[in-house]
Amino acid sequence: MNELDDLYQEVILDHQRNPRNFAKLPTANHQAEGANPLCGDHVTVYLDVKDGVIRDISFQGEGCAIAKASASMMTSVVKGKSLADASETFKNFHHMITGGQDPCFDLEALGKLAAFSGVSAFPVRVKCASLAWHTLNAAMRENAPVTDIGEGNKNQVK
Amino acid sequence: MATLPRGSALSNSFDVERVRRDFPALAQKVHGHPLVYLDNAATTQKPSAVLDRIRKSYIEECANIHRGVYQLSERATASHEAAREKVRRFVGAELTSEIVFVRGATEGINLVAQSYGRSYIGKGDEILITAMEHHSNIVPWQMLCQERGAHLVVAPMDDSGDLIFPEYEKLLGPNTKLVAFTYVSNALGTVNPAKSMIEAAHRKGAVVLVDAAQAVPHCELDVRDLDCDFLVFSGHKIYGPTGIGVLYGKQRLFEAMPPWQGGGDMIMSVTFEKTTYAPPPAKFEAGTPDINGAIALGEAIDYVQSFGMAAIERYETDLLHYAESALSKLPGLRLIGKPKHRAGAVSFMLGDIHPHDVGTILDRYGVAIRAGHHCAQPTMKRMGVPGTARASFAFYNKPEEVDTLVTCLAETQKVFRS
Repeated sequence: MNELDDLYQEVILDHQRNPRNFAKLPTANHQAEGANPLCGDHVTVYLDVKDGVIRDISFQGEGCAIAKASASMMTSVVKGKSLADASETFKNFHHMITGGQDPCFDLEALGKLAAFSGVSAFPVRVKCASLAWHTLNAAMRENAPVTDIGEGNKNQVK
Repeated sequence: MATLPRGSALSNSFDVERVRRDFPALAQKVHGHPLVYLDNAATTQKPSAVLDRIRKSYIEECANIHRGVYQLSERATASHEAAREKVRRFVGAELTSEIVFVRGATEGINLVAQSYGRSYIGKGDEILITAMEHHSNIVPWQMLCQERGAHLVVAPMDDSGDLIFPEYEKLLGPNTKLVAFTYVSNALGTVNPAKSMIEAAHRKGAVVLVDAAQAVPHCELDVRDLDCDFLVFSGHKIYGPTGIGVLYGKQRLFEAMPPWQGGGDMIMSVTFEKTTYAPPPAKFEAGTPDINGAIALGEAIDYVQSFGMAAIERYETDLLHYAESALSKLPGLRLIGKPKHRAGAVSFMLGDIHPHDVGTILDRYGVAIRAGHHCAQPTMKRMGVPGTARASFAFYNKPEEVDTLVTCLAETQKVFRS
């Protein structure tokens, strides 16, 4: 059951049990909602952005352990990052969880997000790990209407 | 672990190991473990008899039906219509013309909504459904209501997942033109009191559609005894192939309904000025149908009837009781829905572990269950859960597989240290 241990690492279970930044953000000036309609998971990401930097971030929602832990860790990783750096981190993260075929993807740069590398052995769970990130992407772009952001057309972000 | 009668002791006249040998899919391994297939409410595995019939049909009678004057076409037509006759006998209909082949239960409901509904449901009319419907028995009616200015009314259920019958009766009113309900809930396993529900609806003059997708594989049923006006089910949930299903409708209603889709096979004569339509069932079967699928469904019906639905029902009821009891004994497990009469499925939550995580971990032990909202989001909302884990059974499942499920659920709790 090594693949299961890789997927449900202690750090992931910890974030699931005690999600960080799990609240509405009163100072938010960007926000977006994301959902996986086929499984019913949903998340709202709140951002406080100034001068191209994420000053603060939080999330609310409901989902499986992977979705919840991913959202939680995402908020703690991108807080203080520039929008460009956050996008770059998502790109790297996405390469990692989908199997990392791309030579550009840099596991070391992902730091503690590397805990999610086990997701690549569970293709049907990629959409769980990526939901919060797609929603963050939509929130960063703000008013850009996004209805289909891939992952087998399973995520929807508005 | 529950200590209840095992194996053949469950039902002394039923040899489950013999049944299992008829299903080649059950012999495979998943992630190195023997497959334990407990998602039969989604679809069932197929017996060799059905697989062989599909192959034979494509070799010996591959031709279009109702057209050719040659031997192959005659064979195909005869087999296709023989399948219709098998379905008629299976559901207890009076006439073969009351059996229309469709893609599945969903298409059958849409056919009734669009053909019957658009003709006979108008502004201010009411369509009554229940709180435990599958999306396929909600959305087609919502679309119809929106188009016709009618209202969708929902009969409530209690915390056990049973219909509150007096409330249902109260909601039947002078404006109720159609009642559509599921015989067996796919999400909770509830068996509804179909006959009483139909009687009550008829007293108010409403027409009744029964969604029997989850009932047909588990219970004996008879459309004339039920006196339902329409009934739908899917072939793939009763050991047949995907892509074929059945709409039963009373002859007088089929005759009064306009065609649904236009095309070949559903006409009497066509000119550019005017087309006259064929009588039912051809009226509702435009285009080349799933000939092979219908023939294979007929074979699946022969297969289950070789055991008898009564024997299947007895065995499955014992198995469900065993499952319910074994699951209840696992600390931290909560059953979602404890209906008075249950068929097919048991839904549950494992502590606060999300059903998807349960499903992923069970899969690694070769155990296939469904996790999520089961295409019944309003049902989940009513029960106060985002989704459930659901084990659903067929007559090829055995008590030992229930034991494996329970053991793997305990392993899941270990992963989550809960």
